[in-house]
Formats: sequence, C-alpha cells, structure tokens
Amino acid sequence: MSFYDEYISLKTIPFQEFFDQITPEHVWHVLNKTDPLTNEEFLILLSPKAEHFLEEMAQKAHQLTVQHFGRTMQLFLPLYLTDYCVNKCKYCSFSFDHVFPRTKLTLDEIEKEAKVIKKKGIEHIILLTGESRIHSSVGYLKEAAEILKNYFSSISLEVQPLKTEEYRVLIEAGIDGLTVYQEVYNEDIYKDIHVKGPKRNYRFRLDTPERGCRAGMRSVNIGALLGLDDWRKEVFFTGMHAKYLQDNYLDTEISVSFPRLKPHLGSFQPNVHVTDIDLVQAMLAYRLFMPRSGITISTREAPELRNHLIPLGVTKMSAESSTTVGGYSKSHTGENSQFELSDHRTVEEIKQVLRDKGYHPVMKDWEILI
Amino acid sequence: MKEQWTIGGKTLTSRLFLGTGKFADHQDMKEAILSSNTEVVTVALRRVNLKEDDHYILNDIPDHIQLMPNTSGARNAEEAIRIARLAKASGLGDWVKVEVISDQKYLLPDNQETIKATRELAREGFQVFPYMSPDLMAGKALQEAGAAAVMPLGAPIGSNRGIRMKEIIQIMIHELEVPIIVDAGIGKPSDAAEAMEMGADAVLVNTAIATANNPVQMAKAFHEAVLAGRRGYKAGLGPTSNQAHASSPLTGFLHS
Repeated sequence: MSFYDEYISLKTIPFQEFFDQITPEHVWHVLNKTDPLTNEEFLILLSPKAEHFLEEMAQKAHQLTVQHFGRTMQLFLPLYLTDYCVNKCKYCSFSFDHVFPRTKLTLDEIEKEAKVIKKKGIEHIILLTGESRIHSSVGYLKEAAEILKNYFSSISLEVQPLKTEEYRVLIEAGIDGLTVYQEVYNEDIYKDIHVKGPKRNYRFRLDTPERGCRAGMRSVNIGALLGLDDWRKEVFFTGMHAKYLQDNYLDTEISVSFPRLKPHLGSFQPNVHVTDIDLVQAMLAYRLFMPRSGITISTREAPELRNHLIPLGVTKMSAESSTTVGGYSKSHTGENSQFELSDHRTVEEIKQVLRDKGYHPVMKDWEILI
Repeated sequence: MKEQWTIGGKTLTSRLFLGTGKFADHQDMKEAILSSNTEVVTVALRRVNLKEDDHYILNDIPDHIQLMPNTSGARNAEEAIRIARLAKASGLGDWVKVEVISDQKYLLPDNQETIKATRELAREGFQVFPYMSPDLMAGKALQEAGAAAVMPLGAPIGSNRGIRMKEIIQIMIHELEVPIIVDAGIGKPSDAAEAMEMGADAVLVNTAIATANNPVQMAKAFHEAVLAGRRGYKAGLGPTSNQAHASSPLTGFLHS
C-alpha cells in the first residue's frame, strides 16, 4: 500500500463538475460541523464558492488552533549545507544547468554556522542541501548531525529522498524530522518540469514521507509548491497525503507547508498565479480538515502577510533565514540562494511581533534523547 | 480550617493542578498560578532549556510551587523514562507526570506503555503521576506499578468537552486506593466542580485557563469551583432522580 494507489483514484475526481455544483448551503453545512470533516467536505472548503466564507473559516481555524496548540508559535531556521545538485528542474535555482560556483560546507564551517544560529536563540533547525548523493551523502549528513546535536534541541532534514535504512542511520545520529515536498502532485506536470536526474522518479519521491515515518521520524512535513498546477487540486492532494500518513503512522507528527513558487535564477514563470486570498483559503481549509496538524510558513512570504497569517492556523515559522550556503557566518558564502526571501526581520523582531499579537514564541519544543 | 491532603509525600491544601503549555505570556501564567491558589504546576521538559540560564519557564514559576515535569513528546515507555531521568538529573525534583502518546490524531495516551514507564520510574524512586485513558484494569495496573496517583482524562486533551468519561472515572474513584486526578477535557469551572463532586481528589487544567480571554480571572473561577465541588462531595450529595415525585405515592395511605 502506498499513497500512490490513493492518488491514482483521487485524480479521476471530476473537480470542475464538483466545484460547479457547490452551493453556499454546502459550505455552511461544513462550517457548522463539529465532527471531523470528510474528504469531500475538505474539497468543498477548497472550492471557489467557499472563497466567500473566508472570515467564517478563519474564525473557526483560529479557535481550533488555539485550542490544540495554545497561543504559541514555534520558531526555527534553515541551515544550508551544500548547493550541489544533480537534477535539472525548470523552476529551481539549484538546477544543475544553472552555472554558478557550488559550495559545500566543511564540518568546521558547519560548526561556525551553528554558533551564529545558536546566538540568535534558535533551538530547532532544518538542514538543507541540493539533491546529490555524492555531495550530501548519508555519511556527511550523519557527521553534520553529530556536531549539530551539541547545539540544538531538534534537527530536521530536507535533502534528496533517501531509503528507509538511511533515514534510520540519521535518526540514530540525532535527526528527528523530515521535510520533503512533492513539488507537484499532478504526475504529468511533475514529469514535464523535472527534466533530468533521479528526481524524475515521481513514485520514489511520493513515497519518501512514508519511508521517513517507517524509519521512526518524530515529525514529517510535506507540501506542494503552489503555482505549478491548479492550487485547489494540489492542496486537496496534499491534505489527502497528510491524512493518509497520519492515519497509517499515528505516532508521527504530520505537518504541511504551503510554499508559493518564487524562483530566483532562471526565467521560469509559475503556471498558475496563486494570490494571497488563495493561500489563505488553502491554509484555512487544511486547518479545518486536520485540526491537530502543524502548519509551517517560511520567510518566502512578505512580513505584512506573515503577520496576518499568524492567527490563522500557523504553528511554526522561520525567521531571519538565509537560503545561501554558509550565509549565517559568511565564512564561505554560496553565491546563489535557492529562492528569494521576502521577510528579513530578525528573530528578535519576529518574537516581538508574536508577543504583540498575544502569542508566546516557543524556541525549544524537544530534547534530543540520543 | 482548610482541608489538607497528602500526595506524593507532600501535604497540600489546593486540589487544582495547573498545566503551563498553552499560555501566550509568562506574566499571565504567573498571575494565573497565583490567583488559582494552585500548589502543583506541570511543565513539559521538552520546552525547558536545561543548558541555558533562561530556563524558558522555570524562572516564572513561584518558589512555593511543587513542579511536576511531564514527559510530553514521549511516544513509548523508553522515551518517557529517558525524559524523566533527564528532568531529575537536572534538579527538577522527583515528581514526574508520565505522558506517553503514540497517537498524534487524538493525542490519546497509550496505557500499556504508560504502565511500563510507571513501573520502572517508581522503582527508581520517582513519584509517578501517570496520565491515562480511563480504564479500571489499567488503573489497577498503574496502582500496582507504584503510581502516586492516577490521572484519567475526562475527554480528549484540549477538547474542553467536560467529563465525558464520567461513568468509568466514577468506577475508578470507587475502586482504586491511590488518588484520582482528573486531567484533560475540563473546559469550564463547572466541569471541575463536577469532577470534585464525583469524589476525584484533584483536577488538572491547562487549556481552559490558558486560552481564556482573561486567564487570571478564569484561574480564580476554577479555584472557587474546585472548592465548591469538594465541599459538595464532603457534605454528601443527595441521590438524584430523573423524575419529580410526590412524597409517598404508593404508601401514603398508611399514614392517612
């Protein structure tokens, strides 16, 4: 069993016909439910009709989030280790056909980055690399984790998809979370934009979060890169994927991100324009469908929008991020960021915004037991 | 005179325990602790920074309060045991609330793993307060394993739905010798009063106070509700009936 089997059946849903027959009464009915929502009800909240009920959805999403997570927000930072990549992907700055000097941090440089990040008061980090089994090998990631666990309380991974046994090795070294974005669930578009390299294997990527759950990751974060296909369908598939994982792996915390496409290098333009309204509707619909699931929002989004998103269901935020290799200590700076950042505020500034909005910034929410 | 009671080797007057995980602001939390008159506060060890001077929350908890570190985040007995040992080694005392949750969907406790962790930690000298799904046999096993008290949930955590597990918790109150602390699901002061009227020894509240518009006033309301419920229990509640009835419809003729 794999989510792929579900995807094969879900993709035959006649989405347009379904959306066409939705009435305001359908949306009201879903909003007044206290029981968990069905898959169909989730799709109702993603429909164009539901856009007229965003305030009602927001009220409910806010109430559910405060109930389950309290008035708290967890903060984290990304740590880029290398930008070597063996894939050619139409939308990504790290794509191998973009010629720029690539960088890989040494263990000493990793420790320097750790010290700078730690000074900001950050306890949770996520390690990122381009996708290259040579430059970001399991051995290298393991060595990095062994250093970083002396500095941080939780270390997640966002690297090329690995095998279950490889995840187990990294968990033993102190890694506790896995992030992997499917980028796009639509298999045809997936094949079109992932031009060359191992990433072309749709099925292997789709099953990656599940391998992470099997290996014993504490938390697994998934998402679709919004802008590559109709966001309503993509968010529906994301929600269904999250539910599949949560139902089958009860002891893993499943969370999602809603990254919007923001290319840096290259001239790729999004296939679909995803507006702020769309992003908010996606997030609210997901919160009502999965009330206890985490929602992450990165510094890709602009400060003002991020401020407004805080009470709408978000549970984790990054702050003062650098998406270039070596970007914190400037000891060995990569020349190219993976995507362009919008929110450049410092950790302290974000903490103050949270406090002003009545939220407690949580820096530490785990203790590495290894 | 205030009624005193003993639990985990400590004599207390308050029967309201407070959770701390959901407060927006530590100043609010501190004031809520004071206005609730609580003497026991739970803290998730996962949130405490043992290596730093700023211990997240510990500096904001008044000195007279008994700390009860919890093992929140543990997915099995082994993780709970490791977290408890870490708390003790860091000087947080020997009380521990064992929370083992292997279900991220409803956050229901895993009784089997909880019993295992309780047995080991009690053997190591901890005062163990296991959080559990209400069940008489599991309650007996926890008592047997050396628990200082048993903490059944009233309803799923964070649900604010009240004492939904009332029938089972009532049986546990009747049948177990260790104190029963109703934890989770208590959404209103009246729910806390209800648990106390049933004969629970104490209640633990977090969400309802931390997420109230005015946590300090809500903490006070819970304090008063717990006192009222306890007083009602001690005074001996009258029997309840579903229908109103005349004084002696069947035997009145004997006295006429």
